[in-house]
Amino acid sequence: MKSLRTIAFAALAFTLFSCGGDKKTDSIPSGSAETTAATNNESTAEMEATAAKYDPNRGLGKHENVDVSKFDPAMAAAGKKVAEVKCTSCHKTTDEKLVGPGWKGVTTRQTPAWIMNFISNPDPMIDVDPELQKQLELCLVRMPNQGLSDTEAREVLEYMREIDGAK
Amino acid sequence: MKTYKKIGLAAFAAVSIVACKPKGTETAVSGDAAQKVYVAPGKHDEVMSFVSGGFNGQISVVGLPSGRTLKIVPVFSVHPENGYGFSEETKPMLETSHGFIPWDDQHHLALSQTNGEIDGRYLFANANNTPRVAKIDLKTFRTTEILEIPNSAGNHSSPFLTENTEYVVAGTRFAVPVDGQGDVPIESFKENFKGYLSFIGIGKEDGKMDITFQIEAPGFNFDLSHAGKGKSHGWFFFSCYNSEQANTLLEVNASQNEKDFIMAVNWKKAEEYLKAGKAKKMAVEYAHNTFDESTQMAKSEILKEVSVLSAKELKDICYLIPCPKSPHGCDVDPTGEYIIGSGKLAALIPVFSFDKLMKAIEKKDFSGEFDGIPILKYESVLHGEVQKPGLGPLHTEFDGKGNAYTSMFVSSEVVKWDIKTCKVLDRTPTFYSVGHLMVVGGDTKKPYGKYLVAYNKITKDRYLPTGPELAQSAQLFDISGDKMKLLLDFPTIGEPHYAQAGPAELFTKNQVKFYKLAENKHPYVTRGEGESKVVREGNKVHVYMTSIRSHFAPDNIEGVKVGDEVYFHVTNLEQDWDVPHGFAVKGAQNAELLIMPGETSTLKWVPVKPGMYPMYCTDFCSALHQEMQGYVRVSPAGSNTPLIYSLNNKKDNAQSPVKEGETK
Ligand SMILES: [Cu+2]
Repeated sequence: MKSLRTIAFAALAFTLFSCGGDKKTDSIPSGSAETTAATNNESTAEMEATAAKYDPNRGLGKHENVDVSKFDPAMAAAGKKVAEVKCTSCHKTTDEKLVGPGWKGVTTRQTPAWIMNFISNPDPMIDVDPELQKQLELCLVRMPNQGLSDTEAREVLEYMREIDGAK
Repeated sequence: MKTYKKIGLAAFAAVSIVACKPKGTETAVSGDAAQKVYVAPGKHDEVMSFVSGGFNGQISVVGLPSGRTLKIVPVFSVHPENGYGFSEETKPMLETSHGFIPWDDQHHLALSQTNGEIDGRYLFANANNTPRVAKIDLKTFRTTEILEIPNSAGNHSSPFLTENTEYVVAGTRFAVPVDGQGDVPIESFKENFKGYLSFIGIGKEDGKMDITFQIEAPGFNFDLSHAGKGKSHGWFFFSCYNSEQANTLLEVNASQNEKDFIMAVNWKKAEEYLKAGKAKKMAVEYAHNTFDESTQMAKSEILKEVSVLSAKELKDICYLIPCPKSPHGCDVDPTGEYIIGSGKLAALIPVFSFDKLMKAIEKKDFSGEFDGIPILKYESVLHGEVQKPGLGPLHTEFDGKGNAYTSMFVSSEVVKWDIKTCKVLDRTPTFYSVGHLMVVGGDTKKPYGKYLVAYNKITKDRYLPTGPELAQSAQLFDISGDKMKLLLDFPTIGEPHYAQAGPAELFTKNQVKFYKLAENKHPYVTRGEGESKVVREGNKVHVYMTSIRSHFAPDNIEGVKVGDEVYFHVTNLEQDWDVPHGFAVKGAQNAELLIMPGETSTLKWVPVKPGMYPMYCTDFCSALHQEMQGYVRVSPAGSNTPLIYSLNNKKDNAQSPVKEGETK
C-alpha cells in the first residue's frame, strides 16, 4: 500500500515502442499545430542537453503560466466527461493504482503547467523527468498520448483540482 | 500464313535466349549501387510505390530505393491480418452480383491526377476476374469503394484514368454477350459477343465512382489502355488483340492477322452523345460498395441500370488504328503527342502521332471499316517505328526527357529509346521475363523519373530457392544517367503486374494518424469504459467492448449460450498514432480484428459448444500486452446462466461490480 501511495502522484503512462527502449516514440500532434519537443532523430547528446535544461516544475511543452486562481465547475464537469473517455480506463480518482496511478492529490504535488504539459504530450517528459522514470519502473506502461486538445487538457486539470477539493 | 511462320521462328529464338542464363548476372551491378539503395536506419525512403498483388488480390506499399515492403493493403481479398472482409463492417466491400467473392486477380493501378500530375488522393485498382474497380483512400490506405462492372469479363484494360481524374476506365478483356444473355452457343461468338468499355465518373469532391456510360464495341479482347493528356486530353486509347474474333486455341488463332488495333475513343464526344440522349438504358445488375469513414461501416447496394452508347451507330466516337501483332501496352508520352503500341508478337514498336491522327480523321483517311468503325490508314497516323527493339515488347513508360523505356518479355530486357528519332539508346538485361515497367510518375505529364522498376515474371536463380515456387521479383534501375544501371533486386508479394509511385511526401502529408473518438459515429461505438455493456436481443448478443493498453472492458462475460450469435463491437480507446489493438476469440471461424486507434470494429462469433473461451489482444501493445485478455463462458443451449459481465471484479481487489446484461 505504501508503495502504491508513493507512486500515486501523477498520471502515468506508456507507449508502444518504449518498452524496447526505442527512441521513435514522439507522437505527431493531432488537430492543432503544436510541435513536440522531441524529434525522431534526436541524438543522445541532444537528449542529454534536453535533460540538463529540463525544468521539473514545469515539464516539457508549451504550457507555462496556467491561471488557477478561481475554480470553474463547468470546466471541471467537462473535464470529467473527457476523462471518462480518455483517462479513467487506466486511472482511478482515488489514490489507488489501476494501470497508472490514482489521481487523488496530484494537483498538490505538481504544478498546473507540469500536469497540462504531461497529459497533452507525455512521451518526451517520460524520457527526462526523474519522477516519471521512477513511475515507469513501477507501472511498466508509458502513458499513451490520448490526443488531448489544449481545451481538453485544461478541463481535465480542472477536474483533477475538483477531486483534490478545489471550490 | 507467311507471317505465322515468321512468328514461329521468333518464338523459337526467344525460348533459347531465355533458356540460357543471360551473361553477366554477377557483374550487372556497378560499384556504387549499394550506396544508392541504402536507406540508413531511421531514415525514410525517397519514393513510395504501390505494387499490384496479382492473384493475391491486394496491393503492397513498397519504399524506393530500399525495396522495403511497408504495408499490404487488402483490396479484393479477405485479409486475416486485420479482419478485412471478415469483420461485419468490411464484409459488404466484397459483395458482388454473384454474392460474396473473397478473392480476385489484381493487375493494374492508377494514382489520381490533377492536371496530369499525381495528387496523392486516391489509388485505383482493377479486379480482373470478377470485374471490379476499387478506390483506396490514401489518407488511410484503406479500400473505401468497390464498383462491379456489368457486361464485362476480365477487367484488364483498367483502371487507367484521365488527367484530372474525370474518368477511370474498365475495358473488358473477354468479349462476352451482354449480362443476362450469356446462354448462347460459343460458336455464335461473332454475332453475340461484344467488347464493353466502361467510363467510371469520379466525383470531384467525394471521389465517388459511378458508371457514367459504357461503349459497346466489337468483340475484341481489350488489353491495356491509357488516356490522352495535354493536347490529346479528351481521348482514350485501348489496345485490342484477337481482331480475328476467334474463340479457340487463341495462341494460334488470335495471331493470324498481320495487324490488330489500337482503338482511339473520343470520350468528350461520347459525353455529348450521352447528353443528347443517344444512349440506351440497359437493365443489368452490379454491386456498388462503399465504406463510410465516420460510421466505419461499409454498405453494398445493387444497381440495376447502365447507359450504353454504340460505337457502330455513333460513327465518330471510336476509330481503329492498325497496330502490328497483338498489342499489349498502349502508352501515351508526357506531351500527349505520341501513342506507343507494343505488339507482343511484333518485331518493331510503332509510334503513332496524335496530330496525324486528328488530320487523318478530318480527311477521312480510312482504309476500311470493322463492324462499322472506321479504320485509319497505318501510314497516315504513324510517327515512326522503333526497329529491332528486342523480342516481345510489352509496355512503355517515360522519363519526361524525351526517352521511352520498353519492357521486352521474350528477350528479358529493358530498352531505352528516343521518342522523336525512334532510335534505340540503351538496353539492359532483366532477370527474367519482364512484364510491366514502372518509372516513377512515368505515365503522367511530369514524370519524376530517376528510378525504373521492372516487374519480372520469373526469378530462377536470383534468390534462395523456396521449393517449386520461387519469390516474385522486381528490379530497380537508376535511369538518371545516359545508361540504365541496375541497383537492386527485391522480392515482391503476389505476382506483381503494374505499379504506381511518386515522391513520398505526396502520400505522407495528408495521412490520418488515428480516428478521433469524438467523431466516431459507428452505431455500436463505446466511448469510454463507463459505456461498455452486454445486450441480448433474442439469440444475438452484442458486446460493447473497449480496448486500451492493457485491458478489455469487459474482460469477463457469462451467460452466452450455444446457438447465440455474439457480436464483439470493439472500440479502441487509444488516441495515439500506431497503437492498434487486436481482438481474437477461441473457435472463431472467420478471423481476428485489428482495430485502429479511435475505431470500432465488429467480429461475429458463433460458439458451437459449451466451454470457457479466452479472448485476447493479438497486437503486442505494451509491456503488459500478454495480460490483455479475458473469458467468455458459454453454456449449453436453453440453460439459464444469467447474462453478466465485469472488469476487475476479483474479491481480493473489489473495484467494479459485476453487471447484469441488458435484454431487449
Ligand atoms: Cu493490445
